[in-house]
Amino acid sequence: MKLYTLSLCLTLLSTSISFADWLNFRGPSGSGISSNCEGLTKQLSADSVAWKVPLPGRGLSTPLVAGDRVFLTAASGPEQKELHILCFSSKDGAKLWERTFLATGRTMCHKKTCVAAPSPASDGKSIFALFSSNDLIAVDLDGNIKWMRGLTLDYPNASNSLGMSSSPVVVDGTLVLQIENDSESFAAGIDTETGLNRWKIDRPKAANWTSPIALLIDDTAIAALQSSKGLLGVQPATGSPVFEYKFGAATIPSSVASGDTIYIPSNGLTAVKAPTDGGEVEKLWNEGGQRPGTASPILIGDRIYTINGAGVLTCANASSGERNWRARLKGPISASPVATGNHLYVFNEAGLGQCVKLTAEEGRIVSEIDLGETILCTPALSDNALFIRSDNTLWKIQ
Amino acid sequence: MHWKKISALVCLVVCSLLVPAKADPVADSVAIIRKTGPEGAGSTAAAAAWETLSKLDASAIVPLLESMDGSGPVAKNWIRSALEVIFTKTARESPDSLPMGDVESFLLNTRHPSPARKLAFDLIASVDAEKASGLKPRFLNDPSPELRLDAVQLMISKGQSLLDEGKTNEATEALQTALDSARDVDQIKKIAKMLREKANKTLDLPKHFGFLMHWHVVGPFDNTDRKGFDAIYEPENGVDLNAVYEGKTKEVAWKNYFTTDEYGMVDFNQPYNPLKGVVGYAYTEFESDQDRYAQLRLGCKNAWKIWLNGDFVFGRDEYHRGMRIDQYQLPVQLKKGKNTILVKACQDEQEHDWTKEWQFQIRVCDETGTAILSTTRKPTPQKEQVERRRPAKP
Repeated sequence: MKLYTLSLCLTLLSTSISFADWLNFRGPSGSGISSNCEGLTKQLSADSVAWKVPLPGRGLSTPLVAGDRVFLTAASGPEQKELHILCFSSKDGAKLWERTFLATGRTMCHKKTCVAAPSPASDGKSIFALFSSNDLIAVDLDGNIKWMRGLTLDYPNASNSLGMSSSPVVVDGTLVLQIENDSESFAAGIDTETGLNRWKIDRPKAANWTSPIALLIDDTAIAALQSSKGLLGVQPATGSPVFEYKFGAATIPSSVASGDTIYIPSNGLTAVKAPTDGGEVEKLWNEGGQRPGTASPILIGDRIYTINGAGVLTCANASSGERNWRARLKGPISASPVATGNHLYVFNEAGLGQCVKLTAEEGRIVSEIDLGETILCTPALSDNALFIRSDNTLWKIQ
Repeated sequence: MHWKKISALVCLVVCSLLVPAKADPVADSVAIIRKTGPEGAGSTAAAAAWETLSKLDASAIVPLLESMDGSGPVAKNWIRSALEVIFTKTARESPDSLPMGDVESFLLNTRHPSPARKLAFDLIASVDAEKASGLKPRFLNDPSPELRLDAVQLMISKGQSLLDEGKTNEATEALQTALDSARDVDQIKKIAKMLREKANKTLDLPKHFGFLMHWHVVGPFDNTDRKGFDAIYEPENGVDLNAVYEGKTKEVAWKNYFTTDEYGMVDFNQPYNPLKGVVGYAYTEFESDQDRYAQLRLGCKNAWKIWLNGDFVFGRDEYHRGMRIDQYQLPVQLKKGKNTILVKACQDEQEHDWTKEWQFQIRVCDETGTAILSTTRKPTPQKEQVERRRPAKP
């Protein structure tokens, strides 16, 4: 964990990112953890809602938080062809600006998901909004357009008729994205300043909804790309392979990492040690009974937590995989959990937020909040507040 | 005197060439934005142009709307986002300077492209909802499918109200008007249901949509390991309806096929029984009364390829991820007279219940979704016909 903390510090120091910011799916380093939210209420209730604002369209993308601003994507209109990037004040929810665009790619998707499924990513200076239509738009924090791409115009068969949901991530100055599907399947590294390809590599021709994660191993930044084939580590600047795990992996929940240890939703849950010198991936342990459902696993200290398809939360020893306890949450759950201190925040699809005290014996739900709307989005944490959205509403909870 | 006039004119022309042309920030910036190319090329210059545009005053709003005409889809997004910045700022700071009369004129000019006109409508609605609401009924037969939506919905509501009042004849008339104008699939389905159930009306939806119902089919060819998608089987080299080909397990020949499905579904499982790991071809001909732009609109959950007049149009190697009407909208050029359409449909080897379908649907329409019918279109097959063509049970 010390190495992880050091890694996180190095990442933050190399950019304009502040500790309070939540800049991509599952926040800092894709960990799902905020270190500046110890003051977030553990007693969720209707009184916890600081503000809520209506949204112009559907979405299950994560809100981003940069400074005192909250950024969000949405899609509206017939066939969800109208795309929105929105910016709100985190203080009072006032809308600061909105940009709209028309989808240039296919918008067809399963009714449970939507066109604004991928979470945007940020480097603290710009917001990179990706939509299921493969429209990729970069704006600065004031909404000025920096560049835009219609990836389906560039790569006409890159789409999934069920919808795309992989969320990009900025790794060492490169925006890494996975546009993986049955047909024209690829991953790419995009120059965050110009929008041009730094690299583009072919990927397995199979539907894949997982998101790339950023690794920092011995001061070396690596982007890890998960798919049904396994996990490929690549250099973010070139896309050149660094390591590969070839034993298959899930196509919905994404991996989580600490330093060179990666916890992959593979044959249940598999922990591996990743090399940076082109060597072999070392398998540390595998637990078939810890298969994540839709939610991605979360690593808190020396414990790894998974939520299975039945809504059962499992706590296991991160070093050995040995199970510590299991607790049944109120599901079904699509959103990935987030955490601060010893408390886990999980929202189920019915809109019920659950705060789980992890230090309690076998975990314990200590409070709940019913938002009354379908929640599929993973929350964001920042500055002692939690931000979560439905198709219709964005809430700030504190 | 005559020479003096000529000299003055020449002088004027020379001077006009020497004096730099007055800059037109809208035209200049739009020109830069329009140069953005594939894979993000030109984005840096476009961002600078966007910044220039976004700082212009309200006088740029209508020229920017006009500039969307002739711009590509990505350029349109650059332009609309700059326009929205100007509009929002002006609406907040000096709403009286918004050129709403000109925006409305732009909206009502049907020669402008549909997305720009829809944006004009949304701009009007954002500052004057009542005005926008009053404009909606005008769009019942508008070339813009986006603008038609609300107008058709108003007509559906009128029909429903008349039904509720027991005025069936007037309701039928209103709903028929709605159906004639509707281009949205969901609206068409809803109106058809109302007309049939409430007014006992007989409808020919395949003709309304322009679905192609009569085909020749041949198969199965091999698609083991999904290799059939790339394999070139003989029908791709030219269709001969009398030919016999080497199929997956035996020789195969073309069969006549028609569908009675209301949404034109061509179901290969019907003539061949459910098969896995196979490829089938369907062929039809379409008579056009003129050379014209058209769209082939396809729905398919199997991998597919399509050829028009022997030219490859598009293909997609995806299996069982879902389908819907108008899933793929393929722009093509029909020629006057006979046009040939060949569809390749591939079935993979998955064994799940939800992977049994081996089918597609296709219609010919214009860019608004209005059906284009073959001049030799046969009557829509009825369900009773399929009963007759099935072999009698022993």
